[in-house]
Order: sequence, then structure tokens, then C-alpha cells
Amino acid sequence: MIEVEGVTKSFTVRRRTGRFRWSRTRVRAVDGVSFRVEPGEFVGYLGPNGAGKSTTIKMLTGILSPSSGTVRVCGLDPSRQRTALARRLGVVFGQRTTLWWDLPLRDSLTLVRHLYRVEAAAFRSRLAELSALLELEPFLDTPVRQLSLGQRMRGDLAAALLHDPRLLVLDEPTIGLDVVSKATVRAFLERLNTERGTTVLLTTHDLGDIERLCRRVMIVDRGRLAYDGGLAGLRDAVGADRQLVVDLARPAPPIALPGVQAVRVDGPRQWLRLPREANAAAVVAAVAERFEVVDIALRETDIEELVTRLYGRARDDRAAGR
Amino acid sequence: MGDGAPPGHGLGVRVYALLAWTWLRAAAQYPVSMLLLALATAVVSALDMVAIMLMFAHATRIAGYTAPEVLFLYGTSTLSFAVADVLLGTAERLGRHIRMGTLDTMLVRPVSPLIQIATEDFSPRRLGKLLPGIAVLALVPPRLEADWTPGRVAMVPVLVASGVAIFAGLWVLTASVQFWLIEGHGATKAVTYGGAFLTQYPPTVFARDFVRGVTFAVPLAFVNWQPALYVLDRPDPLGLPAAFRFASPLVALLLCAPAAAAWRTGLRRYRSTGS
Repeated sequence: MIEVEGVTKSFTVRRRTGRFRWSRTRVRAVDGVSFRVEPGEFVGYLGPNGAGKSTTIKMLTGILSPSSGTVRVCGLDPSRQRTALARRLGVVFGQRTTLWWDLPLRDSLTLVRHLYRVEAAAFRSRLAELSALLELEPFLDTPVRQLSLGQRMRGDLAAALLHDPRLLVLDEPTIGLDVVSKATVRAFLERLNTERGTTVLLTTHDLGDIERLCRRVMIVDRGRLAYDGGLAGLRDAVGADRQLVVDLARPAPPIALPGVQAVRVDGPRQWLRLPREANAAAVVAAVAERFEVVDIALRETDIEELVTRLYGRARDDRAAGR
Repeated sequence: MGDGAPPGHGLGVRVYALLAWTWLRAAAQYPVSMLLLALATAVVSALDMVAIMLMFAHATRIAGYTAPEVLFLYGTSTLSFAVADVLLGTAERLGRHIRMGTLDTMLVRPVSPLIQIATEDFSPRRLGKLLPGIAVLALVPPRLEADWTPGRVAMVPVLVASGVAIFAGLWVLTASVQFWLIEGHGATKAVTYGGAFLTQYPPTVFARDFVRGVTFAVPLAFVNWQPALYVLDRPDPLGLPAAFRFASPLVALLLCAPAAAAWRTGLRRYRSTGS
């Protein structure tokens, strides 16, 4: 569905260095990225601001042409066959709407229908289906400018899917949405992927999106892929530890067992770092044998922490020249 | 369909019409407001004509031209400009779309962004601009003391159509400049609105060198001056060859070709720099 091979995109940045002097520097926004996405996949594309996420999306959708490397999407070259690709592709930008502010949603969707040359009958059935799934009916006749962010995003999703594309690309689709709207959008995307088989690629800062939806994560940092794989593999890749939170009956000196150490002590509560291969049950038994334990909890390092560590590691690698 | 296919190329016309129609239908939900807006625009557009009438209240001829002759020039120029403005006037918003990032949303759709920008807000207000030109061209030609040979009659639609193409080319050409200078919408207006003002008056009103400059620098003279000399059977104040009077369609082509090329080049630049 998507094949990216050694893609680089560099921009010339002009910086003022004196009254009349400018210095030009080439900045690599995307630096030798390669990956493939197979039909039916649900892939999350993750990275800090300025990591090259949006630039990658723009190259996949044909907005930008790559400086070097090859991109194939739906079997087409996006930079050369942009309009042909547009017919097979749905794109949603969370930060800006593709709808028209002054028109009611229904008219906006009619414009989209003409842009994609969707037949009238197909349009009616598709609109009925999408408006049932996304609950558009209550605001179909409201001008887009009066819609809430969540309603607008649902409208944008409908607009991107009217022509029934095989691939849906979303750039931060849940940004700024409240909890309920996020849940609606996520449930819809999940259904689209599992029931209709639509391939989905989304960029996000919201790790909830990733945990809830994506079977595969690609993490990009400073223009390079730092990780590509499943969510479970991410923990192994970063070498994530687990933590054992122990509530003792009374404060005690930091616990130290073979291979296990307290990393934080707060009164009677202690946090123990557990290596990935450690046997949690044996450690719990050992602690209970030595101390009077009130409560105990095992915690996985959360994804936010994983990603932060991964960004840091990619940076260290770069600094070390690896 | 290429990136820069201007309306008038194959599929573009159909999509353009469908999009414009959808905008008009949306506006038609408020019929009174629609009608008033169209009329107000028509009245404002007709103010130039009032100025011409006022001048002729004091003189029977201006620079050797009678009132119907000047009105004929006004009518053809206004109509050409209005049609081009209705079709492509919003192209000057390109810079704003680049700044807001909305050009990106147009690029992921299977229709030329030029058509998408041009049909945006296609409102009945725009159609009001057509009224003064149509009215003048319906009323004035019978009052001209012209010898209406079939050739002269045929020249009128050719003249208007070439004018439309010339103004349309200028709109696209100057809008394309915004790919390089995104604050350039002022330049667009100076050339197009300025040009429309100029061609409403006979060439002899302006200084000789100025007219010559205009003829060759910006081929606005071909919008209607040269062909109108043929219709009105007048000598050329510059003494240019008679063939120039029939050159409008050719000039239109010569202008539209680089306009389309400039648009394509600008778009290619945008897609490689992203700004």
C-alpha cells in the first residue's frame, strides 16, 4: 500500500546574520527513511514536534516532492501522479479543516462529491452510512464555522471517506478533542479498519490513540526512524523495566534484594525497579518474607515514558556518531 | 488533467460548473439577500459609467470620440473584465491559502487547485458585475454610427472573448507571482483593476508614449482598443499596421500560455520548498 525507500527531504533555510547578510543552510527534515505498509494495516506515526512527521505525510500524499529516494502509494508515484492518487486516498488534517467555513456541512460534502466525481446514488448511500456512524445528522445543515471541534472533525472524516478510499492518512486527528469526541473518532477508525479493511496511517502526539488503535508504531526523531514495530516490542526495544510499588506497614530503609532495588522511597511506600526478566512473583514473596506488607502493585512503564526514553536514546546515538 | 489546467481545458469546465453551481445553490437559500447583493454589486460596477455620462454632459466629444463610442469601449472592457473576474477573481487569494496551509488541503484533491480557488465563494454577487457590461452592449451598438458589416458584427463577440482571455491570463499570471512573493496580492489588483480602468477610455485620452508602453508591456490595448478601432472604423493614433486590429485572439493565446506555465512552475516550486 505504501512503499518508502531511502527518502530524504531537505529545505533551504535562510537566516539573517547581518544587516544585509543571509546565511543559507540545508536542513534535512526527513533523512533516509524507509518503510512499507501492507494493505489492512493500522499504523501510528509518532514523533516530537519538528521530527519530520508532517513532511513525510506531505510526501506520501503528493503535496511535497521528495529530494531523493522513492515513494509509491497505492502503486503510484505521489509527486508525479498526484491527482490520480488523490482519487484513491483520503486525507484528514487535524489542524485545519478541508471543509468550507461558510457552507453548511451538507453543501461542503456536496462540493467534495463533485471534486471526486462520486455518482449521486453512491453519494446518497455513502452519506447515509457515514452520517449514521459518525452521527452527523444533527448538524448536517449547520455552517461549518459554527461546529464544535469534535463535530468538525467528524465532518472532515466524512469528507475524506466519501469516495471510499483504500488508504486513509490522518495528521493528528484527535488534537484538541475532548474525551467523548476522541472516543467516537477512535471507535470509528477502528471499525473502518477492521470491517472495511481500509488501511490507516495516523500521526499523533496522543499516545492513547496509539495504545487504543495501532498494531504497529513507527517512531521518527530528527528525520530518522527510531523504531518500527509492535507496541509490545517497543518495551523490549527500549529495555523498559517494570515497577513494583510496595506499601509497608511502617517506614523502612530502602529495600535491596538481589537484582532488585528501591528507586524511590516516600514514607512507608517504596518503588522497586524490576528488570524485564525478573520473576515478579518471587520478588513479591521475598519482600513479604522480610517486611510487613500492606499493599503491593505491579506497574508497566507507561508508553509516554517509553517514548520519551526512545527520543532521548536516538539523540544520544546521534551524538555518539552511531 | 495537469496541475495547472486552467478552466477551459477538458474536464476542468465540468468540475468548475458543478462547484460554482453548488456555491450558488447554497447562496440561493437566502434569495432576498442574494438579489440585493447582486444588485448592489451591479450598481457599484456601473459607477464608472456614470462618470463617463457626466463628462459627456459637458462635451459632445472627448478626444474625438462620441458618447456612444466611449460607451462601446466601456461596455466591451467592462464585460471582458467582469467575466474574467467572475471566473478567476478569487485566484488572488492564493497567497492567503499558502500562509494558512489550506493550499495543502487542495493539493490532496483530484482537481486543479486553481479551479478550487477560483470557485471558492462563487456567489451571485459576482454575477452582478456582469450586468452593466451586458446592459451597455445591448443598448449602445445600435446607436453607433458604425457601418455594421458582417465582419464588424462578428468582431464584437471575438473582441469580448479575447478580452476575457487576456484578463484571465493576467489574473493567473499575477496570482502565480504569489508563489514567490506571498504578499503579492497588491500587485494582482494593480494590474487587473488598473487595466480595467484604462481600457474604459479611448486611447487618445492618454499620452502617446504611455499608450505605446501599454500596448507592448502589458497587452491590455488588445483587450478592446485595437479591435474597437476596426469596429468604429477609426485611424490608429499610433499609426500601427491594420493587422493589429485583428490580433487580439493571438495576443490572448500568447498571454495565456505563459500564464499557465507560470502557474505550473509556481506550483512545482511550492511542492519542492513547501513554502
